[in-house]
Amino acid sequence: MFDYQSYLRLDHFPLIWCPGCGNGVVMKSMLRAIDNLRLPRDQVCVVSGIGCSSRLSGYLDFNTVHTTHGRALTFATGIKMAKPELTVIVVTGDGDCTAIGGNHFIHAARRNIDLTVILINNLIYGMTGGQHSPTTPSGSRASTAPFGNSENTFNVSGLAIAAGASFVARSTTYHAQQCDKLIEKGIQTPGFALIEIMAACPTSFGRANKAGSPAEMMLWQRDHAVTPQRAEKMSPEELQDKFTIGVLAENPRPECRAEYQKLIDRVRAEEAKR
Amino acid sequence: MTRSSRPLNDPNRRRPPRLLTGNEACAMAAIDAGMRFYAGYPITPSSEIAESLARWLPTVGGVFIAMEDEIASMGAIIGASLTGVKSMTATSGPGFSLMQENIGYASMAEVPVVVVNVMRGGPSTGLPTSPAQGDVMQARWGTHGDHPVVALAPYSVEETYEATVRAFNLSEQYRVPVILLLDEVIAHVNEKVELPEREALRIVERPKPEVPPSQYLPYVDTPTGVPPMAPFGTGYRYHVTGLAHDETGFQTNDPKVIDAQLRRLHRKLELGRHDIVEVDEFLIQDAEIGIFAYGSSARSARRAIRLAREKGIRVGMLRPKTIWPFPDEEVRAWTGRLKAWLVPEMNLGQAAHEVEWAVAGRVPIRRLNRVDGNLFHPSEILRAIEEMA
Repeated sequence: MFDYQSYLRLDHFPLIWCPGCGNGVVMKSMLRAIDNLRLPRDQVCVVSGIGCSSRLSGYLDFNTVHTTHGRALTFATGIKMAKPELTVIVVTGDGDCTAIGGNHFIHAARRNIDLTVILINNLIYGMTGGQHSPTTPSGSRASTAPFGNSENTFNVSGLAIAAGASFVARSTTYHAQQCDKLIEKGIQTPGFALIEIMAACPTSFGRANKAGSPAEMMLWQRDHAVTPQRAEKMSPEELQDKFTIGVLAENPRPECRAEYQKLIDRVRAEEAKR
Repeated sequence: MTRSSRPLNDPNRRRPPRLLTGNEACAMAAIDAGMRFYAGYPITPSSEIAESLARWLPTVGGVFIAMEDEIASMGAIIGASLTGVKSMTATSGPGFSLMQENIGYASMAEVPVVVVNVMRGGPSTGLPTSPAQGDVMQARWGTHGDHPVVALAPYSVEETYEATVRAFNLSEQYRVPVILLLDEVIAHVNEKVELPEREALRIVERPKPEVPPSQYLPYVDTPTGVPPMAPFGTGYRYHVTGLAHDETGFQTNDPKVIDAQLRRLHRKLELGRHDIVEVDEFLIQDAEIGIFAYGSSARSARRAIRLAREKGIRVGMLRPKTIWPFPDEEVRAWTGRLKAWLVPEMNLGQAAHEVEWAVAGRVPIRRLNRVDGNLFHPSEILRAIEEMA
């Protein structure tokens, strides 16, 4: 039995999350991945933004920062650039990362800075009461989309790949064991890693869309997730309501802080010669 | 308890004279103060600070990063500071507006950072290449909530150097964001300076915990009101948040704890008030008319005072080097010996409002304002002095 308790700040329990929320599944997966990598906890820094998922940082016994809405990646960039020996993990949600924080997300991926971003995508703004976010599926209902969402949705992982992230993966809270491996891989990647995890919000998204119990919402994840290999063999019609899970892109590129260190070393060597 | 954030141990130890702009002096001083992380976004008239630091920081092993906007710049310097590295950004009006939310975070989470705001004409995009002093109130009240902040307003290139070192000292000593208010003229003017020797600088570091990690409380009250700050990655694992928090750093809804913590944020500056607030007094000892001016306006005022003195008018100046917290005690102290105050500023009366508050109707206050992107000509100020004499 995995000892979660040693990693948790139990005096801050109970968790604020609703029964059936996917955030706890992601938190446990993250702890298993960190434990498996034997990361010294003084060297782990967890940075989050604002929202349900971003409360995750406070429950973990690491160096933790709960930042402003959408800005977790900017704080994390400062931490990594100033102290590169820290393992910096960012926990964020779909609204935090792709709406208010969208610009930072694009540029952190472009820099390919060595951060591991765990984006818990529950398709809704949960904390503020179920408003529609950039990932709310078209047609789905939300408190601000009472007649169904008329907007197009973001392909978050596709955005990260296009911006130049070194590692991009997607999974679901149903596939918790796969999440462990993807998070491990993301942490080990020397560059920007995105692990997008589809998670159920039974309270806000579930009720508005009559998605059923938390267990039924997880079964929906199972039934609509396909591997990239399987997706290749499927027709566009078959793929209409499906999403791919697993490693979506591995793209080794120069990493931001390491490249800057090379610059420092080169400049200082030139200075010394003078 | 005596504390001092004064930047100089020995004001007489100076480097040879040279020509320097305010922006260059600011960048040099930041490095000399131990700043090793800069994040910023280009904006006139502050860009030379970024350009200088992009060149100089790597030579001392520091980091320069060009962020995607000013919101990101502010977030990055807070993150870097949490690791124990002195950090800063520089901007101008529009960028300063974007930084406000995270400046509030730095106040609330007590993260030392220095923000340089080279003021230009506003509002909005305004006058990018002209001086103004329109951000005095924004420096104090730009972010939401009752937050503590310190702002310095140097008036020359040499003073910009010292004010920059002092900004870092204050931010470290009090764990507070410090705003350095320059304006386009101070930033771009080439002036002869004799900078203090590096060895003559007094450099202050943030208070460090003296207890083991198991006993560390990152937001504990202390006699100075300033809690010790542990850098990330040194065994002190704690939580930082912009939410109202208790002494452990975790969110609380306990009204008593929230009240005590918010009042402590202000008390730490009140306790340090006489260290933080610094003014310069120029020919005010026997004056009947007192000028209250800062930054570029104080340069014009100095000249006007000389000219008025030649005409036998007894006029002098109280010049705040620290504009926030406002030097209200100093204004009040001189008010009893003056017939009237004159407040020239390149805005529509921002500091004047504070002067009026401090004076509380005891003597008349004349405002003199420019918002056309031009400096005061000394003759304008002289004319006002003559009318008041």
